[in-house]
Amino acid sequence: MTTTGTLRLDLAGLETRPSQVWGGIRLVPLVRAEPLPGLRLHPRLYCDSVGVVTVGPRTAYTSYIPHGFVADWGADSGDSGPAAAYGTQLRGGNGESGGGRGQGAGGRTPDGRGRAHRAPEPVASMPLRIHRRMARREAKHRLRFLPLHLALEGYLSLHFGGPTIAWEEWSQRALRQGLSPRVEEAYVGTTVRGLGDALKVFEIHPGQCGVLVHAADALAAAFVVPHPEDYRALHATLVQDLYGELVHQYALLSAAVPDFVPRIDESRVRSTADLRAAVAAERRAWAEFHDGTMAAGLLDADYTSRKVYGMGGFTLSRFLPAFRPREENHIGEVITDADGAVAYLKTFRLSEAQIRRGHLLARLAAHDWRLAATAEEFGLTEAEFAARIEAAGFGTLLRHRVAAQP
Amino acid sequence: MRAEGLIAAEDVLLFANAAITSTAQREFHSDAYEQHLSLDFLHAYMIGNYRDLYAATLALDINDHNAALIVRRLLETSTEATAEQRRTEGRLIARRLAALPPQRVYTLFAALRRAKVNNRRTRAIMRDWLAARPDPAFDAVKYRTGVKKALRHAHLPAPEKELGDFLFAPRARRQYGTPLLETWRRAHYEQAAVYELPFTVAEGFAARHGIDRAAFLERIAPRMTRLERLRLQESARERGAKAVATDLRRMPLTRLATYVLGLSLDERSERREELTTALRAAARRATGGERGWGRVAAVLDDSFSAYGSGQKRRRPLAVALAAHYLLEALADTYTPLWTSGRRDALLTFPHGSTPLGERILDALETGPDRLLIVSDGWDNAPPGLAAEVLRVWRTRLDPDGRVSVVHLNPVYDADGFDVRRLAPDVPTAGIRDAEDLPSLVGLAQFATGRTGLAELRAHLDSRIAAFLTASEEAR
Repeated sequence: MTTTGTLRLDLAGLETRPSQVWGGIRLVPLVRAEPLPGLRLHPRLYCDSVGVVTVGPRTAYTSYIPHGFVADWGADSGDSGPAAAYGTQLRGGNGESGGGRGQGAGGRTPDGRGRAHRAPEPVASMPLRIHRRMARREAKHRLRFLPLHLALEGYLSLHFGGPTIAWEEWSQRALRQGLSPRVEEAYVGTTVRGLGDALKVFEIHPGQCGVLVHAADALAAAFVVPHPEDYRALHATLVQDLYGELVHQYALLSAAVPDFVPRIDESRVRSTADLRAAVAAERRAWAEFHDGTMAAGLLDADYTSRKVYGMGGFTLSRFLPAFRPREENHIGEVITDADGAVAYLKTFRLSEAQIRRGHLLARLAAHDWRLAATAEEFGLTEAEFAARIEAAGFGTLLRHRVAAQP
Repeated sequence: MRAEGLIAAEDVLLFANAAITSTAQREFHSDAYEQHLSLDFLHAYMIGNYRDLYAATLALDINDHNAALIVRRLLETSTEATAEQRRTEGRLIARRLAALPPQRVYTLFAALRRAKVNNRRTRAIMRDWLAARPDPAFDAVKYRTGVKKALRHAHLPAPEKELGDFLFAPRARRQYGTPLLETWRRAHYEQAAVYELPFTVAEGFAARHGIDRAAFLERIAPRMTRLERLRLQESARERGAKAVATDLRRMPLTRLATYVLGLSLDERSERREELTTALRAAARRATGGERGWGRVAAVLDDSFSAYGSGQKRRRPLAVALAAHYLLEALADTYTPLWTSGRRDALLTFPHGSTPLGERILDALETGPDRLLIVSDGWDNAPPGLAAEVLRVWRTRLDPDGRVSVVHLNPVYDADGFDVRRLAPDVPTAGIRDAEDLPSLVGLAQFATGRTGLAELRAHLDSRIAAFLTASEEAR
């Protein structure tokens, strides 16, 4: 069972450090004073990757698998072959040992398994059909995200299950399959201009556990992990991640963004101690400005969250924004610990068209998927509203009769 | 007039910095193509506007790549030079070619050939350089193609009939009178002869005879040059070829630093005694016994960007490490401050961000006479803090300029056509080898933009005189 609630992202425990700029991309490091105990990246992702810091002996802990990671998840259950993790997942203590059923080739697996039992479950994954040459490349054991279309489709179908009540207007297909398959456009990080270079020349801070990516000073994505070593392992994968159309265009059209250069008022400086104090004040001023202004769209918004999984005191939730058109809207996944501190966070900034569609669906859902009631809220007739749904690309969901009514 | 002089002085310093640091190879922040393009533009700009100053940079500690480029451009445009210019250029070129490693010169000759530069002056320079080579037979064996092309291009007869046959008709003779040439002939059939050839040539024969690498290294060790030995230390150690092991104290400082940084951290701490002694000895030799720099503080950059690139692996960090040992030898009291905050210089590795501003503040608090900053200039935690700290320090806390601050930068910034500066009133100079540090600190004084062309010209003239007399003394 999933429980719904409201959520506010609070990056307490993560200190904002000075940003590093490359062209139109600004990367803002988030540093933890202490790594968050008890949660680490799934060990399979560690042993599969090359050049990642070796990890010392581990005690029992909970591990997580970020959404969309490709690895040989089925090897333990005899169902081998690369597959993509479907939705971020939490795993119990010894997530490596086998047992349980292998995932069928059907592709979709139900999200949000509520059962928090100790025996390891197979990783909910989406088998990938990869032809021979790609499979060979896979053998090089690199971390990577799953192909573009699958990832975003996965994201959206995780959020939108489709109509819950079978009002007569909805087609059989909509009821059976929800909004899937859906095609959304997104851009892989390598095509976002400057992002690859920015990540390459970025100097990871000691203790860094997260990053906020800005394109043309618009917040594009937030990424937080519990441990600095996890961050090091995953830093380069940000370029294989997905970004919305808005981020892509901003990065393409943006001129170089300026550095925030500290200005010290020299008239107040009489000793090196004064100078030191002024430097510390500049640091604080930047962190406050960034969190309060540049990242306000992410941090000050209220989200609808669904708790999908709980294990070892950690809670995995997926959250949706309020879908207000012409505002910043992020969707994402968050793992919080028992105290509510953010252990893992990954967001995707929606582009304007996606927000409009989301808005439409959110309103429909709020009215229990009743066309008439929702149309009324929009101040439209039912037919006009049906036309709008069709224009938004959801035409197949409606029965033909409704759509065709004058 | 004055402004023009300032601009010229600035251009020359900018070019000198580029010619010291850039090798048109990939750097951390720019790729090889960007570096190449940017450097190429500077060369074209300099030779077009300040031909005599362009030639004069040959007397500075510029790197071999740029020295060869300058010589090539000067020879390509011989017609544009006046008789007086040609005379000075000729002497500078001859001196520089004598100082360059021979393989670089042969590559330069090949480049001249490809560019179809074959004026009388070029041929004369090639003739003189080849005539001054100590052992033509050795060159013919080791740089066979280079020598062949050079002789062809300059229309020169081989120094001896036999050498001519060796180069152009190797099958014409059943045997050679010159011992080295005879060894080379025998090495085709006889494994023992391989070990009497220069290392690089022997390597080819060893592969041909299928000689075991470890056995080969063990026996060829006496034929290796100093740097070949250093380069092969680790691979020989792995294979158990003990004869290659050498006294590291004899190695040049920056190369030694590169070697040390190539070792794993465990190995460095195991061999701490040996490596530290070697680095200190190399540093003492580089200073030539000079001391008395007073209280020196150094801010040394070991941030992630000090990794450099796959082509120039850990070069910026190696320069910083070498500078560390050099300053330790020069200073009366010395405070090193690594940007990462780590203390152990020997175990340094490129990691983390670059909080230059705070480290500079830490350094200034120790009350030094001199502050040296060795960094690629990408100050990013936060960006621009180093400049701000230095500015406030200068205006408020040290208006008389008691502390001399110099920034040395090992990385050429292709976009800026110069090494990256930290602050406008802090002199910045490019640095290639830490051994040049004392002379660069002298040159950096011109880099604050206040010195005119006249002073700079005087400085260059004195450097040229020293450069040329050194060669005459050497003869």
